[in-house]
Amino acid sequence: MSAVADTHSQEHHHGPASGITRWLFTTNHKDIGTMYLIFSFTMFLLGGSMAMVIRAELFQPGLQIVQPEFFNQMTTMHGLIMVFGAVMPAFVGLANWMLPLMIGAPDMALPRMNNWSFWLLPCAFLILVSTLFMQGGAPNFGWTFYAPLSTTYGPPSTTFFIFAIHIMGISSIMGAINVIATILNLRAPGMTLMKMPLFVWTWLITAFLLIAVMPVLAGVVTMMLMDIHFGTSFFDASGGGDPVLFQHVFWFFGHPEVYIMILPAFGAISHIVSAFSRKPLFGYASMVYAVGAIALLSFVVWAHHMFTVGVPLTGQLFFMYATMLIAVPTGVKVFNWVTTMFRGSLTFEAPMLFAVAFIVLFTIGGFSGLMLAIAPADFQYHDTYFVVAHFHYVLVPGAIFGIFASAYFWLPKWTGHMYDETLAKTHFWLSFVGMNLAFFPMHFLGLAGMPRRIPDYALQFADFNMVSSIGAFLFGATQILFLFIVVKCVRGGEPAPAKPWEGAEGLEWTVPSPAPYHTFSTPPKVE
Amino acid sequence: MRAQTKRALPVVAVAGVSIPSVSLAEWTVNMSPGVTGTSNQIFGLHMTILGICVAIGVVVFGVMFWSIIAHRKSKGHKPANFHENTVVEILWTIIPFAILVAMAIPATATLIDMYDASDADVDIKVTGYQWRWQYEYVDEDFSFFSNLTTPTDQIQNRQAKGENYLLEVDNPLKIPVGKKVRFLLTSNDVIHSWWVPKLGVKKDAIPGFINEAWTRIDEPGTYRGQCTELCGKGHGFMPIVVEAVPQDEFQTWVAEKRDAAERERELTQKDWTREELMDRGESVYNTVCAACHQADGSGSPPAFPALRGSAIATGDINAHIDTVVNGVSGTAMQAFGQQLSEVELAAVITYERNAWGNNTGDMVSPKEIMEYMSE
Amino acid sequence: MAQEQSYYVPEQSKWPIIATVGLGLTLYGVGAILVNAKQGESTTLSWLVFFAGALVMAYMLFGWFGSVIREGQAGLYSDQMDRSFRWGMSWFIFSEVMFFAAFFGALFYVRVFAVPWLGGEGDKGAANMLWEGFQATWPLVNNPNPEAYPGPKEIIGPWGLPLINTILLVSSSFTITVAHHALKAGKRQKLKLWLCATIVLGVAFLTLQAEEYMHAYHELDLTLQSGIYGSTFFMLTGFHGAHVTLGTLMLIVMFLRIQKGHFTGDNHFGFEASSWYWHFVDVVWLCLFVFVYII
Repeated sequence: MSAVADTHSQEHHHGPASGITRWLFTTNHKDIGTMYLIFSFTMFLLGGSMAMVIRAELFQPGLQIVQPEFFNQMTTMHGLIMVFGAVMPAFVGLANWMLPLMIGAPDMALPRMNNWSFWLLPCAFLILVSTLFMQGGAPNFGWTFYAPLSTTYGPPSTTFFIFAIHIMGISSIMGAINVIATILNLRAPGMTLMKMPLFVWTWLITAFLLIAVMPVLAGVVTMMLMDIHFGTSFFDASGGGDPVLFQHVFWFFGHPEVYIMILPAFGAISHIVSAFSRKPLFGYASMVYAVGAIALLSFVVWAHHMFTVGVPLTGQLFFMYATMLIAVPTGVKVFNWVTTMFRGSLTFEAPMLFAVAFIVLFTIGGFSGLMLAIAPADFQYHDTYFVVAHFHYVLVPGAIFGIFASAYFWLPKWTGHMYDETLAKTHFWLSFVGMNLAFFPMHFLGLAGMPRRIPDYALQFADFNMVSSIGAFLFGATQILFLFIVVKCVRGGEPAPAKPWEGAEGLEWTVPSPAPYHTFSTPPKVE
Repeated sequence: MRAQTKRALPVVAVAGVSIPSVSLAEWTVNMSPGVTGTSNQIFGLHMTILGICVAIGVVVFGVMFWSIIAHRKSKGHKPANFHENTVVEILWTIIPFAILVAMAIPATATLIDMYDASDADVDIKVTGYQWRWQYEYVDEDFSFFSNLTTPTDQIQNRQAKGENYLLEVDNPLKIPVGKKVRFLLTSNDVIHSWWVPKLGVKKDAIPGFINEAWTRIDEPGTYRGQCTELCGKGHGFMPIVVEAVPQDEFQTWVAEKRDAAERERELTQKDWTREELMDRGESVYNTVCAACHQADGSGSPPAFPALRGSAIATGDINAHIDTVVNGVSGTAMQAFGQQLSEVELAAVITYERNAWGNNTGDMVSPKEIMEYMSE
Repeated sequence: MAQEQSYYVPEQSKWPIIATVGLGLTLYGVGAILVNAKQGESTTLSWLVFFAGALVMAYMLFGWFGSVIREGQAGLYSDQMDRSFRWGMSWFIFSEVMFFAAFFGALFYVRVFAVPWLGGEGDKGAANMLWEGFQATWPLVNNPNPEAYPGPKEIIGPWGLPLINTILLVSSSFTITVAHHALKAGKRQKLKLWLCATIVLGVAFLTLQAEEYMHAYHELDLTLQSGIYGSTFFMLTGFHGAHVTLGTLMLIVMFLRIQKGHFTGDNHFGFEASSWYWHFVDVVWLCLFVFVYII
């Protein structure tokens, strides 16, 4: 078979296959994007159920529902599932769907590897979730799995946890390689780097972070495996090692990881705010440089998670200064979003509601982050509910609302139908109230002295814990509404035009809704 | 107190951060300034940066909410087209940077101060165990364990909870007011963390390493804290109680403790009866062993074996002594020979061999333990 | 014509799901072997699962790479696709560099901070009060707790087998470069010869490393359990050896493809990718030689 010319290739494309093999064998970025999104939402509900168990136990002082051993498994698995099973795959799903459409490419650069990246995730999570049923129970040492609690004192399932992490890591690294190759290589002619949409930029940088740090995670879990099974002493002072070594290597991965979990949201929010303000994004170039600066800085701040372990003074000061510095590019982004809205022509459909909430509430999370960066003050915040409040503010109204906003924004493109706007707004308001009730009191709890990861607490913490649990139950229940909205939209609704949003710009809005199975087999020319 | 808090909740939730600190502290929504120089410095940094964040938030969100109201399409507002302004962008990069530098200066000073543990008057070695703290007065040659005393009945909701629920111990740490006390922190097993909010002291206890921290308490009183690093199932159940007392009271107490330690060492030589050992043993068992092996000896297999009717507690007595004294490596069974006195070891082994129907009739004397450990 | 060629997107493929099943079985099997062994239970079933997974992986590697090779040979890959492969391989190698960076980082931390602190030096020298008599040296032959971690009798100096191995690997980087030039010039015999030499050098390296390991384990008491020196030594050299093995296998596959007439002077990405990987493996060895053996 000789090289085929442009026009032939379109005719050689078939529509999607049928049955389950369509999904097992697909190489299509839209199919794979859909699978990632469904997987991620399933994991979100699973991780969320574990959060419900946690909040049910913490509803009142005393042990009512679960014993401490199981409580520790819930907190650990809730964290692992949300980070690796819900947030990260959701963003990869959005990337798969939208990156080729945004740059005018026919698919991702390496389509078969793309499908492998997806299918590795159900495999990994099957192993991880099965640890709940193993003797000794699931991992119970926190999603940060510090040694030696996770090595010498861990349950037998720890070994399977380690291999599940390896599989997830391989999935992420291959996915990130695919994203970089796609963005650098498959852009339509005329689309220079500084003409790329912001979501593409943020994913390019996120992919770089993933390739750089997932192998480091692989390294640390391998060292753990060696300490557990092969008698090494990486984390054992008796042999010349150090438990704190674990923390350094883990957080070298861990800090860039949290930026991996937010940068794609930054990109999507930039699109959404601009579209619903009917105004170009303010300061495109600065937005790009800011994301780059955040990514670079993210490599040199890891020990701010370790301010109380006894890092020597000089190191402590360096990490404090570097961490405070990240506030500058992050602030620039927030200012630019607000300025995009300023003197625009605003409407508040569901994507914009989530985007506005993102800007306000993520910034609150950023403020508590800045407070945490002040090392001496952190001695009072570290490992308390103040930290739990901080990261839930940047992750829930940050990453998760970013994902909801993106889903509503792009559902018409994916399905060809408009979603039910009234139900979507309901989803927004109930999520907004539930989330704030759940997590704002945690600031107070932490400042008042409540430590993290405890199944029972002293009486002065009772009232805010009760409020938090109520908010959590509300937030959790509301996500069932989201499921309903999505299913309803898939099955039908007002037909969506190619560009349902008046202010939206980009190649993705030039193809019909729903987007045909194959798009941009011939790359468009970009001015 | 509860009704007050409930009524105040909506106000607090919306504007909590801007209400003056004094009233907030009563409702436990803010950090306490504490009772040491360090805790007060930290409180000052905390309030300052909180104030700066609130101010910036008010301005930025104010602009945004203004837009939300005034620049709506439904109000007929037409979109402007501007999308860059170099001057503004430079300004809002430089000004935040300057604010950060201003913040970093007092923060640096406080941190340097916190790291200076030199010239201490009292040295205390603090060791974290699963799941209690051990305090060793390094210069005075005595040490003791500090265990949670909240009854299980309260935790399991069979009894009303006391005022200091989960924050009460049998042997609090006593230190003198106004003197610089240095803590040398380490751990026997996993990473723990020693935190007393009112003192402004938190430091991780790392096995195999020593971390230094220090405090100088200005006001006499009782200050309570908790372990702040996940350390297993008892993480929420290993509190810290510090009693700051005047110097003379401290000296008296130290002398008493020294004598008590001496007497305990002498008790090793005494001839104990089985009843005396059982009595003492039951109390040791309930404080130290019951957390894992349960009060009725049924344990939580496979991690925590049963002792009732078990081979260990009814079989070879030397194997039993070895297990208790040396622990079992690769498991959570610690080497209690390093933690308990000979009297306590003898008592708890005797208890285990006779309680819950084990009834071996065996007895181990403190002298035998002493001989065993010297081999 | 090459520029007008559209970007090849394969329609459907069974290899990803097969690879998933293979990797899942393999790693689950390894996990089960380790856990069962530690608990003193039978590992027979676990080994079966592992081997089943490994077989599936081998089948997948043949099948998937086979498809790619066939598609390439059929001319389906445009220059743009070629660039995708280049980006892909380069970033993959970068990810491998970061994997080694984690272990080099651990070595650095241990030598500069942990061991000196345990020995009483530096800001956190107070740790020494827990380890009476422990002195910080490197290589660390006497561990803080010699009962828990008996140290090695001796360590492996750089100037014996390690130096020979360095010469072997550096030479092999040279030989593969000569082979590459031969390929570009269309000189097939020369290509085969120099590629073969590279493979021989790689195998020689692995053989000598295996000998070194046996010597360490049996005569020097230098094992994974020898304390932090043994831990870092074997992790770094061990993973390096694994990567040399992988690289050698890649070179052998290239050799077989050349025998079948694959690759032209202008079009030989598979060879280049293997060559890049081989150079990477060589550079890692040089870092090892300096930071593990010499300094």
